[in-house]
Amino acid sequence: MIEKQVNQKAWFMVLPVFLLVAFSAIIPLMTVVNYAFQDTFGSNQFYWVGLDWFKEIIHSERFHDAFFRQVAFSAIILTIEIPLGVAIALAMPKKGWGVPVCLISMALPLLIPWNVVGTIWQIFARVDIGLLGHTLTQLGINYNYTQDPVAAWITIIVMDVWHWTSLVVLLSYAGLSSIPDVYYQAAKIDGASKISIFRYIQLPKMQRVLLIAVLLRFMDSFMIYTEPFVITGGGPGNSTTFMSIDLVKMAIGQFDLGPAAAMSLLYFLVILLLSWVFYTVMSNIGEESSNGGV
Amino acid sequence: MANITLKDIAHSYTGASDNPADYALKKLNLTWRDGGAYALLGPSGCGKTTLLNIISGLITPTKGEVHFNQEDVTQLPTEHRNIAQIFQFPVVYDTMTVFQNLAFPLKNRGRTKEEIEPRVIELAAMLGLSDNLYTKAQHLTADAKQKISLGRGLIRQSVNAILFDEPLTVIDPQLKWEIRSQLKFLHKQFGFTMIYVTHDQTEALTFADEVIVMYEGEIVQVGTPEALFMRPEHTFVGYFIGSPGMNIAPCELQGDTIIVEGYEIELANNYPVQNDAVKIEIGIRPEHLDLSAADTPGGLPVTITKVDDIGRYKIVRVKLRNKEFNVIMNELSAVTGDKASLHFDTSHTHIYVNDHLILGEPK
Amino acid sequence: MQLELRNVSKKVGKSFHISNVSLLFEPGALNILLGPTLSGKTTLMRLMAGLDQPTAGTVHFSGKDVTGVKVQKRNAAMVYQQFINYPNLTVFENIASPLRIAKIGKTEIKERVDKVASLLKLENMLGRNPNELSGGQQQRTAIARALVKGADLVLLDEPLANLDYKLREELREELPRIFAETGAIFVYATTEPSEALLLGGRTATLHEGQVTQFGSTIDVFTKPNNLITARTLSDPPLNTLPVVKLNGRMLYKSHVEIPLIGKLPQLPDDNYTIAFRPHNLYLNRRKNTDIRVKAKVAITEITGSESYIHTDVAGVRWVLLASGVHKFGINETIDIFLDPDTFYVFDRNESLVVMPETVAGV
Repeated sequence: MIEKQVNQKAWFMVLPVFLLVAFSAIIPLMTVVNYAFQDTFGSNQFYWVGLDWFKEIIHSERFHDAFFRQVAFSAIILTIEIPLGVAIALAMPKKGWGVPVCLISMALPLLIPWNVVGTIWQIFARVDIGLLGHTLTQLGINYNYTQDPVAAWITIIVMDVWHWTSLVVLLSYAGLSSIPDVYYQAAKIDGASKISIFRYIQLPKMQRVLLIAVLLRFMDSFMIYTEPFVITGGGPGNSTTFMSIDLVKMAIGQFDLGPAAAMSLLYFLVILLLSWVFYTVMSNIGEESSNGGV
Repeated sequence: MANITLKDIAHSYTGASDNPADYALKKLNLTWRDGGAYALLGPSGCGKTTLLNIISGLITPTKGEVHFNQEDVTQLPTEHRNIAQIFQFPVVYDTMTVFQNLAFPLKNRGRTKEEIEPRVIELAAMLGLSDNLYTKAQHLTADAKQKISLGRGLIRQSVNAILFDEPLTVIDPQLKWEIRSQLKFLHKQFGFTMIYVTHDQTEALTFADEVIVMYEGEIVQVGTPEALFMRPEHTFVGYFIGSPGMNIAPCELQGDTIIVEGYEIELANNYPVQNDAVKIEIGIRPEHLDLSAADTPGGLPVTITKVDDIGRYKIVRVKLRNKEFNVIMNELSAVTGDKASLHFDTSHTHIYVNDHLILGEPK
Repeated sequence: MQLELRNVSKKVGKSFHISNVSLLFEPGALNILLGPTLSGKTTLMRLMAGLDQPTAGTVHFSGKDVTGVKVQKRNAAMVYQQFINYPNLTVFENIASPLRIAKIGKTEIKERVDKVASLLKLENMLGRNPNELSGGQQQRTAIARALVKGADLVLLDEPLANLDYKLREELREELPRIFAETGAIFVYATTEPSEALLLGGRTATLHEGQVTQFGSTIDVFTKPNNLITARTLSDPPLNTLPVVKLNGRMLYKSHVEIPLIGKLPQLPDDNYTIAFRPHNLYLNRRKNTDIRVKAKVAITEITGSESYIHTDVAGVRWVLLASGVHKFGINETIDIFLDPDTFYVFDRNESLVVMPETVAGV
């Protein structure tokens, strides 16, 4: 009886948050759902179209291309940033004055707003005035991200790595510093090599934070918008038109609200599904090997 | 397999210094025979763990040398000293099975599968881990994990020494008994030198052939459990070993007689005359005191202030004028009321001058 | 004022952490919860403090049902195994912190802090920071903080586990006096039987979330109702022997025969477990009725004043505790003696059916 009373109080406490979420997420989402199943010719006249928009989107080549570009981008980002972040965390000092210096310099890129990062790199990579672009061109390397899709991709990937590897580093470093010293001492005594120490002590103990790092990096990279929008605007051609850019083009550029709504719902479901898959797979591994120990 | 010799070892965590107060470990010399079972016993901060880490090579001493047989290993890192160490908290490799954990030190040293397998199986049987051989180590209880840590030390046939740093801290009392006796059995089987650091006298005394008692960075006594109990050379040893510890009381000394709280007790030995400036105390263990009914001839009149019945025996707190003594009694039925007579077993009464034991001449 | 648990259970997921526990604690006395790791001591304390709510059953304080009342409103204090103090506050401020939260006047704070500080022998440490104190003094500070607010219920969860052996001995000796002086209800969890015996008071033995017995500590020790209680409150471990009574004989396989004397003849034919403590196993015959058994020595542990001789009797492991120093080789065969007057006999349900003569006589 009494427990029930406690629960009701708890509901009351979460009400403000619930309202906030309702106004900022649920109601807009409902509007999107509304558009996704109807067609309009302006002046607030709506026609029920069922799943037509979804069918159209799923069968459209444009959606396929954006989707595969997006998957490729996230895959590349994860395969670079996760190992690189772990490697940097391993190389960082464990004590002394080097620790704050490393931590602060690692945190710096994370403090810069997305659009500023985009702008910085956009200028940095420009062939006429950018330090990077100009230097590369002077060295005789054919580099022009506004014309060459490969250069555009490389620019965006390098930028993302520069911007976000720090997050992986900081998380991994936190995971590493929670490993008690005796583990390293015991491993030394057992004659373990550096690789064995990594494989059997550091990696298992980092598993949980790495799961968070992978999830965060996946979701963020899968939804990337601002930076490519600022640097390349989705070009050259459609070569860097990722899903979010495509969506905006469709919704605001062409004002195709119905297909855009359907696409954004699909987009949402894809992210949800992939995040869930990542989470289940990795926490299953984690369950088997991380917790416990001491 | 080696004799371990410590030559003029001293260690300060703040680097070399002329101030003796900076030293966590004051100058000491010690030899550990190959195959012996030793315990380093003392309260926290006495330097016992520092000493252990110097032997294992986790710490390089500020002064002095460590020798394994004739070889100076002072500068040698842990991994090249061929020792094993078991820590306070069990260290297991979570992702490995018990088998893989035990095999790990051999695998790292490039042994073949044919060599490793029978040895792991044999050792697991000795440690009582056979049933869980293919379970992931992380799923086991604390005592099983500590057995694995121990097993990784024992698996290597040629270790110079196995070092234990308060290994039973996280183990329940009932299981402590099991692991302790198993450890002792394994020592007899394998004949490795074993050095065991603890603050727990029962663990130290039951495990070791020789116990090194440390206090404030110095060794106060080295001896067999029996010697430490029967003839503590320092009042600290008397206090630290035994539960409750030795009764220590200030006294006056006149040849073969001491005067405690105004009462004379005749001793079995004659003692030399002492300088007035020194502190003279008697020490007697609660086990060597006896109580009888009040006003028994030859006994000192005492008041009983407290009786703790701990099942197997009783700890009786008595007051002789202003000084309290602990007495261990199996039976108290002879005593009625709170008055009793206290008797000293004079063959086990010791005299301490400035905290150090002095010996008398038999009469 | 009293604390009562009525049929309290706590289920987490599908498993019972506490099942159907009923206990009644009186003020002024020390109540001990004794049991191995994971037997439910901490869970039970959290239920008493109101940090968790029971799945079933009720908690009563001074006759009032306080089951749903939150910890902040229960006037309970808790001391943990780890020394938990505010590192940047002095010992005085650490002890005073609960009073400051309760907005008590300056002079009264000083008065009350001084009083508990002297009770716990911290008078000379009040100006220091916790990190300048020894482990024992840090734990004293934590205990003082628990006592200062005059809580009705003080819960101590293995408070001495992280201290040195000798410091434990000291605090263990002082605690009963401190507890008696404050008059609150004290509940003290420990894994160590010897600690329970040294502290005295009343003990509840816990096993897999159930209370197996509750009574004065020495009574639980000398008169255990069942085999699990006897085992839980025994250090060194209890010696046991499974026997079968059949056709006027009581046997362990063909190796040991127990003569049917005292109350044994009245027992119906069945399986029994005989139990006796290590100090009731002897190296020489003391009485005519003593039973001689051949045993193989597994290992001998010597403490200086006593010897623990671990023996093997046809597959059964016993520990013999003898005073003095006795050295035996591994696998040496020796004669050991059992005194039937010291036997506890448990039936096939592990309930006590025969108490030792030595206990029953008192």
